[in-house]
Formats: sequence, structure tokens, C-alpha cells
Amino acid sequence: MTTRYFGAPIKRNEDKRLLTGQALFVDDVELPGMLHAAFLRSQNAHGRIKSIDVSTARARKGVVAVYTATDLGYYWQPGPLLVPPPPIAGIVFNQRTQVPLAKDKVRHVGEPIAIVIAESRYIAEDALADIMIDMEPLPAVVDLEKALAAGSATVHDDLRSNVAAHVRQTKGNYAQAAAKAHCIIKRRFLYDHGMSSPMETRGVVAQWDARAGQLTVWDTTQAPVFVRNGLAGMLSLSERQVRVIAPFVGGGFGPKIMMFYPEEVLLPWAAIKLNRPVKWIEDRLEHFFATTHERSQIHDAEIALSSDGRIVGVKDVFLHDTGAYDPYGLTVPINSQCTLLGPYVVPHYDSIFTAVFTNLPIVTPYRGAGRQHGVFVIERLLDFAARELGLDRAEIRRRNLIPPDAFPYNNEIIYQDFAPLSYDSGNYEPVLDKALALIGYKDFIASEQPKLRAQGRHVGVAIACYVEGTGIGPYEGAKVQVQANGKVSVATGIGTQGQGHFTVFAQIAADQVGVDVRNVDVVTGDTDQFYWGAGTFASRGAVVAGNAVNEASKVVRQKILKLAAEHFECAEDDLEIANGEVSIVGVPGQFIRLGELAMRANPMRGAVKPGTEPGLESTQYFGPPSGATANGVHAMIVEVDPDTLMLQVLKYVVVHDCGTVINPLILAGQIHGGVAQGIGNAFYEKLVFDDEGQLLNASLTDYLLPTSLDVPRMELAHTVTPSPLNPMGIKGAGEAGAIPVGPLFAQAIEDALGLAAQNVELCEIPLSPNRLWELVGKAHSKS
Amino acid sequence: MDSEKHDIVVTVNGMRYLRQAEARMLLSDFIRHELLLAGTHVGCEHGVCGACTILFDGHPVRACLMLAPQANGHEITTVEGLAPSPDQLHPLQQAMHDKHGLQCGYCTPGILMTMTAFLAEHPVPDEAQVREALSGNLCRCTGYQHIVDAVLEAAEKMRDVK
Ligand code: FES
Ligand code: FES
Repeated sequence: MTTRYFGAPIKRNEDKRLLTGQALFVDDVELPGMLHAAFLRSQNAHGRIKSIDVSTARARKGVVAVYTATDLGYYWQPGPLLVPPPPIAGIVFNQRTQVPLAKDKVRHVGEPIAIVIAESRYIAEDALADIMIDMEPLPAVVDLEKALAAGSATVHDDLRSNVAAHVRQTKGNYAQAAAKAHCIIKRRFLYDHGMSSPMETRGVVAQWDARAGQLTVWDTTQAPVFVRNGLAGMLSLSERQVRVIAPFVGGGFGPKIMMFYPEEVLLPWAAIKLNRPVKWIEDRLEHFFATTHERSQIHDAEIALSSDGRIVGVKDVFLHDTGAYDPYGLTVPINSQCTLLGPYVVPHYDSIFTAVFTNLPIVTPYRGAGRQHGVFVIERLLDFAARELGLDRAEIRRRNLIPPDAFPYNNEIIYQDFAPLSYDSGNYEPVLDKALALIGYKDFIASEQPKLRAQGRHVGVAIACYVEGTGIGPYEGAKVQVQANGKVSVATGIGTQGQGHFTVFAQIAADQVGVDVRNVDVVTGDTDQFYWGAGTFASRGAVVAGNAVNEASKVVRQKILKLAAEHFECAEDDLEIANGEVSIVGVPGQFIRLGELAMRANPMRGAVKPGTEPGLESTQYFGPPSGATANGVHAMIVEVDPDTLMLQVLKYVVVHDCGTVINPLILAGQIHGGVAQGIGNAFYEKLVFDDEGQLLNASLTDYLLPTSLDVPRMELAHTVTPSPLNPMGIKGAGEAGAIPVGPLFAQAIEDALGLAAQNVELCEIPLSPNRLWELVGKAHSKS
Repeated sequence: MDSEKHDIVVTVNGMRYLRQAEARMLLSDFIRHELLLAGTHVGCEHGVCGACTILFDGHPVRACLMLAPQANGHEITTVEGLAPSPDQLHPLQQAMHDKHGLQCGYCTPGILMTMTAFLAEHPVPDEAQVREALSGNLCRCTGYQHIVDAVLEAAEKMRDVK
């Protein structure tokens, strides 16, 4: 096999359709007789529904149906628990999942109460105003600490408190070790992650074909197979009667995998009931409440150190906001708990968290999925430790890095995939060195910074390290098939939201099967094309589905060689496959096209011999034993305007190790996009709730997504430590860019403004000019 | 609500359409769901994201901030009308492909319309100008760097042609 494509910066197969307006997104689906849905959503964060009157709405011209919870009968069920709690001793987990329509109580602003279905979306929205609702407002649970205080209102009446979960994980014996440590540094941290805000909001179109007994659902989901299975179960259909298509999806970043969203449950049901297709497209305002967030944690953390700056241990007690329901289990806080350990040797660890129900929208993973919170804590603790011990910030990190001969490195606690947190491979110091060299760390501190400071400029440098558990199980599959026209088709069950799967899977198959990469057609996210799978999350698409494509392609390659050898009556070793043809090495002109072989593999006469199958195709599955751990270092030089506290990034460097790289162009794009979201989280994006649980900035005018003026040019470099956990040696890369940006900003701003000298520490994210003003304004006016 | 329909005659990508629409129908909805030109995307419907940008009598405008009847008698270009022929891309489309300027592609049509208009007026832009012009279009996937690279490359290629 020649690797012409694997590892090369191949341009994307999917681009042309997207560039010419021909790609199908959910809202592009137009069906004859299609109806449109709109939702009446709660305006209260917490309240008891006393009565709902939909009679006027039902009577409005153009309205076809209006349903409330009681109209759903037995179909009204709380959603499934997506991820059960991991097997950790002593764990407390209170499962309370979201419902299709609020019945007697509403638990967050935006929770759906009624669905209107009408001839147009305009009419459906008109009818929302006709619905009369009598709501008794209840005190809203918003603040994490107050939520746990005695006497707090409870989000779920059948629970005595707002505790959603309580988990303790330990490694070694922190208390004992800390007693002998040289020093202990203790701080409180607040980390708030916003919302993923894909440019395409969510949407669902459902169509019931009564004659065929077939339900088709177009859904902006990241996990079409699970949606198919779940819908079949809820609707008492067999899986074969349900087809879920996640066509082109305009960005996901996590929240598009949540299920079941109420709209995903209700549209198929209504389409069957009305026997007409129904479409619902979330508008941007709805998106702010109806799609999941990630939000905040409060950490009380301490680090124990030896006199030479080595970590003796870390203790962390934190609160995690899970929102009104917890359908995604503990993935986010477990990620925080695990990822805090980072690339460092932490011999003793004691971590306790309490997940808290609040009257706020549901929290599920968003790019980084809680990793940011943990990374912020450890990176900030190391900064403060360096200061305390008089060490350089890069040096204290270097001293604590896990050495290359310590892999696989077992951190003992349980990770989100339920396996012990074990790092498969890594070589961390060169990554740090490279980042320091690229940012010009030494030189900046020694000469550049003093020089600029002398000119009155406020410049600072920062460096932050992280690891990322990627590519977790359970498994994915792929079907690879040579078509009669010589093209190769690849189908997998994952959904795709811009990660370039149409290209990276094509690269893998093209090399094995010997065709031009443009002649590989990849289908993702259509359950009729591929039956099995889990979904796109946890930076796993390329790793898990990619390896399945590789395995299936290898089998197809063997089938091609076997059939061609029979055809030429020669040994398989004498054959080579290239450019869509199989030829005999050294015999020019002796070749057969793959398409012709594919036809011969499905003969009209003559039997398919026992032990063989028709066609040149194979379906294979790949399930990694555990996740592959990627790592990286970001470094940045920033300038802060001391008057406005606006900042400008002067230089941004990412050095990253995600094992073997399939496509450096696509990888760069993933990292750029991740960093941009990290920057948004660090400095621009904040969901502002009042104590009534009302979101005060629910528009793109007020919730600030970074623009091309806010995201700097980035310089990327890579090291490669292949993963031993899969034959291609790859690790995931989807989330890495976003993870360490928070601590990087805090550190750089502190350095730029010389805040250490003023005893100001930045222990929270997001920052913003306003927030900085509050935190440092006073100190600054003194200086 | 006034549900009276208005006649709308509009030329889109060189083709004349006659349709009826309520006064309140957004131009973005009209283009997408009445003319079935779904390449124009909708990201916010409040004028911030730029995904719905079209050329209206040659100028970039946000289709979500206009009503369909306002297009009566006007000329519109959408992303479907950008490529000179089915097998040839506009230089900016080509550069977006070459530089990996799109990921999910949802913001892309709006960016193409905004930036082709920009390039027509600024044939020799520098990076700062490109970033300024691009700053009204939100992209959540790319971090903008590859889009900026693509616009700069397209500018160069378009100059070579001239
Ligand atoms: S949809 Fe028009 S600007 Fe966002
Ligand atoms: S490519 Fe996805 S929003 Fe721009």
C-alpha cells in the first residue's frame, strides 16, 4: 500500500457543495404538505402551571393542532439517561431527566409547555400569543452555594435538596502527604463556560409515510443512530421503520448530541398523528434557552508543594451547575476532575464534587466538556506556586511533567469512559520546549518586555499546558464498497458537523483501495446507509470511525487482490492497485479496472463459492480499549490597554501532539476554531443571569461571539507520539484548541498589568474589560 | 396581522420570478422557502451573524433585515449565482477550498457574498482590511485565519487575471 493521501494536506471533498449552496441542511428540507411547529416556552425559571388554555390558539385560521403535556398520554415520559454514572464507590446520583412538555412545573426559562403546528411558522408563532397560561411563580434556584443552603427552594420537589450528584475520587493519600509538604497554596476559582452557539441552530423535520410504515427524521444531531433507536422505542416501531438523517450540520460542538431534546421527541409523534410532515427550526432566541449550555463550577482548591516546586498533591472541592436536569450524567464534572491532573505527576489527589440542580437550562458537554474548568485550576495554582517559590512559570511546569518513560501512565481514578484514567503515550517536554521557543519566551522576558514596558506599554506573556482524553469507545463501524463505476463508497454511523470526515475517511480508504481520494464518496449520519454507531463526541470521530474505515478498507483490498489474482491467474503478490486499476507488476497493459472487478464480484451466472460473499465490500468495527490522550501547550503574548482594559493578542502559539496526523490542513482548522472558542470563553462570552434565572443577554448582539478582529493569527507546530491503542496511531484533536485558553488569558493579563505586585490575582473566567476593571481598577488607579 | 399577499417580481441570479408573499415575510425566508434557493443561510434573524448576506442591486445586505415585498423590482445575487459555470468556481470560492476556509460551511455563503463585494471595491487589500470587512460575519468553526488567507489569495488571483 502506498500512502499518498494519509498525512497529506488534502483539500476537502465536501467543499464544493458547501461553496455553491448545494449542501442540504435540515432547514433546506422542503416536503409537500409540510406543516411548521412553534413552541410556547416558559418565561419563568421556576413555577407551577395551574392551567393552560389553548382553545383560542386551536381556533386560529391555519392552525392544525396544539398539544400540551396531557395530550401526549403515555407518550409523555422523561427522557433517557444518556450516560449512567460511572462505577465509583460511594457515588450519589439523582437522575432527573427532561420531559417533552412541562406538565405541572417548569424548571427553567425556555422549557417547552405547548407545541403549535400550523400551515406556516408565521401562523404558528401568532398562535403562541393566543395561549393563556396561569403560572404560579416559585423562587428560582440560581446561585450554586445558596442552592445547597438549608431552606432553599428545590428544583425537583421529590428531592430533599438540590444535590444532583456527589462524587469523591482519590489517588494516594493527600492529607498525609500535604502534612509534610513545604508549602500549601489555596485559592477559590470560578470558571464559567458559555454555550456552543453553532451558526446553525437546531432543527428537526419529521415525515411519516403511512403506506410504507416508515418514519424519516432529518435532525441536526451528532448521534443519529441513538436517535433512531430511541425514537423507535418510544413510538413502538422497529428500528428498521425509522430512518434518521443528520445531513450537513452547521456546527455542533457538543450540545447537538444531547437527547432527547423535546423537539426531537414531539415532531415525529406529531407527524405520525397528523400524517403530514412537520418542520421545526430553532430560532436564535430559542437557542439561548432550549439548547444546552455548559456554564459554571466553583472550585476550592489547594496544591501542596516541595521546596523545589514539585507537586506533592492537590485537593479540590467543587460545585458543578448541572441545570434543571441531568440527562448527560456526570461527564462534564468527571472530565473536570480528571483533566485537572494534566500532564503533571500528581502523586496524591483528593477531589470531591457536588453537582447542583438549578433553575437554569440544562448543562451538557460543550467542546472541552469540563476539561477547561480543571485545567484552569491546576494551571493557575502552578502560577501562584511559581510566584510563591520564586520560580519561573515555565520551569515549575517542566519540573512536574510526566517523564517519557512513565507511559502508559496510570492516574488511578475513573475517567468519563468508565476506564481508569490512563495516558497511553506522550512526550511532554519537547512540546513545552517548542512552545517556549516559538513564542520567544526567554527573550521576551529578558529584553522585549522590559523594553516595551519602558515605553509605557503593558505587555505580558503566558504559557499553559493540558492533556485531553480523546477517541473514547464504545465503537464505530464503517462499510466500504467498490461501486461498479469504480468509485468507492464509505458509510459510517457518526454524524458530521464540519470536521472534514468526508475527506479524512476518503484519504484512509483511498490509500488502501488504490483510488483517487476524490473518487471516494463518504456518507455519514444516515441510519439507512449505516446501521450501527455511537456518534460524534469526545474528539472521537476521526479516531474511532477512522480506524473502522481503515479496517474495512483493508479487507476490501484483500478481496480485490484475491479476485484479481483469479482473473489474471497469478499470485496476489504480483499485483498492485493504483489509480483505480489492478495491474500485474512489470507487465504493462495488463490491468483490470476496480469497477469491472466489482461487477465480476456479483456475477449473473455461476455461484458465489461457499465461504465467499458477493461484491467488493466489507463492514468492520473498531472499539478502542480506552481513550488516547493528546497533549499540548499554548503560549501567548498580549498587550492590554490600561485605560480601556481591552486587549490585543500580539502572538499566539499552539504546539500539539495528537499522535499520527491524517490531514494537517484539517487539523489546523480544528485547532484554529478551538482557540477561537477558547478566546470567546476567556474574554467575550458570558451568559448573564439575574437572580430570577432570566438570561439578560440572549441575542448575538449581547452575547459576544469572537469576530475576525478578536481572534489573532495563530502559529501552530506539532510533535508526534503515536497512540499504541489503534493501528493508525492517531489521537483526537477536536477539542484541544479550546481547553487551555482561560488560564492563558488570566496569566498573560496578570503579567501585562503587573498585577502580582498589586496583589491582584485573576481566579475567574470569563474575564472582560468590565470585569477586569472591577477586579483591578482600584489597584490600578493607585499605581 | 395583515395576511394580504403582495405580488413580488424579482430577478435572482439572472432569473425572473413572480411570487406572492405576505408583507411580513422576511426576505431571507422568501429566498429560501419560496424561491427554494436554500444556499442563503439564516443564523440569527437579527442582523448580527451575516449568514444571510446577499447582493441586493449589487450591494451586500442582510436578507433577514428586509421584508420580501421590499425586493419587488430589484435584482438579487445569492451564493447559487456566484460561480461562473457549473464546473468553474468563483476565484473566492476556489480560494476558500484551497485554503480550507470553511468547516461546517454554514457561514460560508454569507461570507462569500460579503467578501466578493469587498474584493470588487478593494482589489489590493491587506490583512487588517480583510479582517475589518469580515468582522460582520460570524464563523464559529474556523477561527477566521483560513478565511482571511483565502480572501487574500483570491485578491491576488483576481489581480493576475486582469
Ligand atoms: S441571519 Fe441575517 S444576519 Fe444573521
Ligand atoms: S464554517 Fe462553520 S460557521 Fe463558519
